[in-house]
Amino acid sequence: MNKYLQLSEVSIDFPTPKGRFRALDKVDLNIAQGEFVSLIGHSGCGKSTVLNIVAGLHRATEGGVLLEGREVNAPGPERAVVFQNHSLLPWLTAYENVELAVKQVFKGQKSKAEMREWIIHNLELVHMTHAMDKRPDEISGGMKQRVGIARALAMEPKVLLMDEPFGALDALTRAHLQDSLMDIHADLGNTVIMITHDVDEAVLLSDRIVMMTNGPAATIGEILTIDLERPRKRVALAGDARYNHFRQEVLAFLYERQRKVEDFGAQKKLHETVTPIKVNLAKQG
Amino acid sequence: MKSTTLPSISQTPGRLLPISHLLMHVGRSLLLPLIGILLFLFLWSNTARMVHTSLGTFPGPAQVWEQATNLIAEHRQERQRAHDFIARQEARNAQILAANPQAQVTIRPYTGNPTFVDQIGTSLVTVLSGFILASLIAIPLGILIGLNEWVYAAVNPLIQLFKPVSPLAWLPLVTMVVSAVYVSQDPEFSKSFLTSMFTVLLCCLWPTVINTAVGVANVSKDLLNVSQVLRLGVLTHVFKIIVPASLPLMFTGLRLSLGIAWMVLIAAEMLAQNPGLGKFVWDEFQNGSSSSLGRIMVAVLVIGLIGFLLDRSMLFLQRKVSWDKQAVLR
Repeated sequence: MNKYLQLSEVSIDFPTPKGRFRALDKVDLNIAQGEFVSLIGHSGCGKSTVLNIVAGLHRATEGGVLLEGREVNAPGPERAVVFQNHSLLPWLTAYENVELAVKQVFKGQKSKAEMREWIIHNLELVHMTHAMDKRPDEISGGMKQRVGIARALAMEPKVLLMDEPFGALDALTRAHLQDSLMDIHADLGNTVIMITHDVDEAVLLSDRIVMMTNGPAATIGEILTIDLERPRKRVALAGDARYNHFRQEVLAFLYERQRKVEDFGAQKKLHETVTPIKVNLAKQG
Repeated sequence: MKSTTLPSISQTPGRLLPISHLLMHVGRSLLLPLIGILLFLFLWSNTARMVHTSLGTFPGPAQVWEQATNLIAEHRQERQRAHDFIARQEARNAQILAANPQAQVTIRPYTGNPTFVDQIGTSLVTVLSGFILASLIAIPLGILIGLNEWVYAAVNPLIQLFKPVSPLAWLPLVTMVVSAVYVSQDPEFSKSFLTSMFTVLLCCLWPTVINTAVGVANVSKDLLNVSQVLRLGVLTHVFKIIVPASLPLMFTGLRLSLGIAWMVLIAAEMLAQNPGLGKFVWDEFQNGSSSSLGRIMVAVLVIGLIGFLLDRSMLFLQRKVSWDKQAVLR
């Protein structure tokens, strides 16, 4: 397999008052160039931590990440992040938000006119040119997320990291943005790692779905390869037997093999109510 | 008949509504403050009559108004005198030069007493110089402290120590240091100005330092992540992310500082006999004429009004530079 991005034996400990807490344990994952990989799992299972380690925002305690054979040890624009809550600078317009990234990445490489063209090109990709002079508080949540994606794309990243990019959006807006993202991915062939809670989103967008076990010491439970042909159409797929099979696989992992017991007794401590269930790694098929 | 009356009925509430809103608005923003002020004047004039001091009855609104007009009249007279003096001097010099073109003429400046209006000017210049200088120190220092926990740990005890110090405690030290250090044949600034200004500076540093540091330390983690992913340089990071994000708290600090600066200045001028409104108050107190209390009261009201206007101008500035137009600023 093409090892464009390699996560090898990545573990991370966080210091807590009660001692070290192992959040991730030996995460092993190889991602090919141009591949679209989703991370799915219950909240608190360390999906974001994996993403942050690839981004360089967290350092792994053990193991490491290699991108094109080079170790990742600091954040950088070649691993652009689309944050869950857009993280646009509220005092800059959509255009200026993208401009900040473009100026930083292409300083000395592009002329002013080229930069402007490139910013507008990226805003066009996410269909946001009509509101490029608006500030984040003047546009809707979906539009903010579009600008966030444009900002990340404008950095021409080797890997695009998306942390639940559509989590805060309503279903229709989300579907719209998923379609846009599929188009962009088909056009540009980016390597993408996306965190999601949404089973449909994962199956629709991904080449592979990485399903994570519950923490503490979370790791990869199963990996599901989605070999549906592209371009994928959500309406056509809704009745597709293979699509529904994949969905069912993910649901079975999340709600049978990794069922999370929610904390209903508020007095009980969290770690007493979360029952770790032995992972069944033997996958049928 | 009915069809013609119906629209007019349906229109009436629609028309009345804005008018009643307007009345509410006028009432709240004009009428209520007016009632408050009238009530205050009434209470003041009635209680003042009952207070008898060694300098006569405590001045009521009428006497204070009279003294205010007097002070302005005195200022006009003084200006006229200065004008006349300079005109006389110029005429005399012209005469001398006409008789002997080689003659050395002396030009003397007019040395009259500073009037009430002059003192206001002096105080304003002093307070603004001290405040601006303090801000130029406090904002960068606050950013540094907010950015770096180590600097914070090192500087915080000092801030906590110096923050509660009264200006009057600094004053003697500042006076002595200024006299010792600022020795010049042709001084650009008077020593009294420097003493007042440095005392103001020392006292109004802290709110800006603390609020800026808190603002910088609390910049959202997401924005810091953005900055890290973009690998922004230190300067870009500070100017594009940190400063705009902490602007609201920075301004809170600046407004507190300016308020303190104004209060400190009046006290410092009184104690050190440095020119300004404080000295005016002290001089009137020492004069002890029957009009003194009225004149002091004029100064009190002017001090209050200027303090209010200074705060308003900071608020105006904050509205100008603030990116969050939805924020309620008051």
